[in-house]
Amino acid sequence: MSYTNQRKAYGETLTALGAENPKIVALEADLGNSTMSRLFQQAYPERYFEMGIAEANMTSVAAGLAQTGFIPVTHSFAVFSGGRAFDQLRQTIAIGKLNVKVCGSSAGCSDFGDGATHQSVEDIAIMRAIPNMTVLCPADANETVGAVRAMIELEGPCYIRINRNDYSNVTEEHAPFKIGVPTVLREGRDVTIFAIGYMTTLALEAAEALKDELSVRVVNVSTLKPVREETLAALAKGCRGVVTAEEHSVVGGLGSIVCQALRGSGLPVELVGIEDVFGCSAHSYDEILGHLGLTQEHIQEAARRAAKAAR
Amino acid sequence: MKYSAQEIARLEEKARAIRRGTLECMGIGVAGHVGGSCSSADIIAALYFHKMKYDPQNPQDPDRDRFLLSKGHVAIAQYAALAEAGIIPREWLKTTKQLGSRLQGHPDRLKTPGVEAGTGSLGQGLSIGLGMALGQKLAGIARKTYVLLGDGEIAEGQVWEAALAAPILGADNLVAIVDNNRLQATDFIKKRFNTLPLAPKFQGFGWHVIEIDGHDMEEILSALDAVDEIKGVPTVIIAHTVKGKGVSFAENVAAYHNGALNAEQYEQAMTELA
Repeated sequence: MSYTNQRKAYGETLTALGAENPKIVALEADLGNSTMSRLFQQAYPERYFEMGIAEANMTSVAAGLAQTGFIPVTHSFAVFSGGRAFDQLRQTIAIGKLNVKVCGSSAGCSDFGDGATHQSVEDIAIMRAIPNMTVLCPADANETVGAVRAMIELEGPCYIRINRNDYSNVTEEHAPFKIGVPTVLREGRDVTIFAIGYMTTLALEAAEALKDELSVRVVNVSTLKPVREETLAALAKGCRGVVTAEEHSVVGGLGSIVCQALRGSGLPVELVGIEDVFGCSAHSYDEILGHLGLTQEHIQEAARRAAKAAR
Repeated sequence: MKYSAQEIARLEEKARAIRRGTLECMGIGVAGHVGGSCSSADIIAALYFHKMKYDPQNPQDPDRDRFLLSKGHVAIAQYAALAEAGIIPREWLKTTKQLGSRLQGHPDRLKTPGVEAGTGSLGQGLSIGLGMALGQKLAGIARKTYVLLGDGEIAEGQVWEAALAAPILGADNLVAIVDNNRLQATDFIKKRFNTLPLAPKFQGFGWHVIEIDGHDMEEILSALDAVDEIKGVPTVIIAHTVKGKGVSFAENVAAYHNGALNAEQYEQAMTELA
């Protein structure tokens, strides 16, 4: 059965992995129904720790559990699991390379109703800046299944970004997830769009809409770190221009990563992302994405600009 | 008397050795956290050389008691204990804080054998220790985790998140020890940010509380052994101590929270601790 929701794919995959690996333990900060860590609790109550609304303590407790040989996974919304527990992740877990996994759920603006306080526009930038941290952002529910498995199999700290909302899959079911390897979702010659998360869906829609005008390659960059600059440069090679599409600030996210990777290449790069502002409440996911300029139309326009800017 | 005079004398000498090792780590003319190291030296000696079970040849043995410095700035006191216990070579002490040294200014588990976790950003050690205690229970290891906290550090909110969580989670193998030396970096706690009294706070959070003189070896041993009888709730030992204890010119002087010794002071301190 294929999932159409990352949270559901996440919760059920972690629970399935819990049967294979008795070392996995889950910690929650009172958002278990949203993050779906409750599925793990139902299956393995003795390996589940409800830590209350105290993300800092939860994260340091996870460090201690890792030091006794367990594979702890902390859960909260992305704004809190990464932002509120930044120092705990940095000081003990990342410096010590502890085997702690961090689930940043309801990431980006996917919690559209709750507004700026609950929308993570900077979690990738924060996590990516921490040495030793691996940062994953699966494109859809299908890819989430593989990403969760890869995260658990990885030895070391890892952050995974999970979307709250339902949407169709753009990746194949059961495809193996390789950390650090971007995947081409659509081939094209004129423009390469690098995208993450739900924006891969919109990038594919934009590529299809542009097909009579431009031949567009779409690349899913589901590992934000580590990702080799040479790999990204090779995927852009031969195109006239490049677009990045992310549901995250253009400061420190995918746009920054791609610009850094392509420096000196002469390729024009257009960034579709959140322009260094916070989100706000909206009645639907589409509404907040439109407000922030994160639509397939915006990606189309960016692709045209990138192609036109070519020398 | 519960403990023999020889045992008490042996541990008091270990505590002096830890204080001397602390000074070796500092050397002459380089700032080091001598005040808080000396206030906690007797407690650390009792843990490493009386109470805790560990294998110096295999410090990662899962069947061990664990000691964690939440007040990570007194790493030099732990390094001195690790050297005295034979877990690290004594020659390392003099390299403390040198570029490339295995002994960092704050504990680093990847660089120093016997260090359980990186600490130094204050207020996090009790949570890390709680995770270790829960992990020990989950793994069926009947051992304890001891966490040494500073009384200034208690101002960090996360300490109280952990204090709230530990009794809820039934972590009776978690032992917090507060080095209550009454001084923080800048002056007496009462003048700066008065976190005292501590006992009613921990009692209110559901902890078993023991108060002792943190320089009376017999009281320290009695408290550590008494913890073994406590079931269902974690224990905090509030150890009343003197910052800089054993080095006369540093006692109760805030400047020696992180101060350097000149050659004359170094010699005097070593003589006092001989």
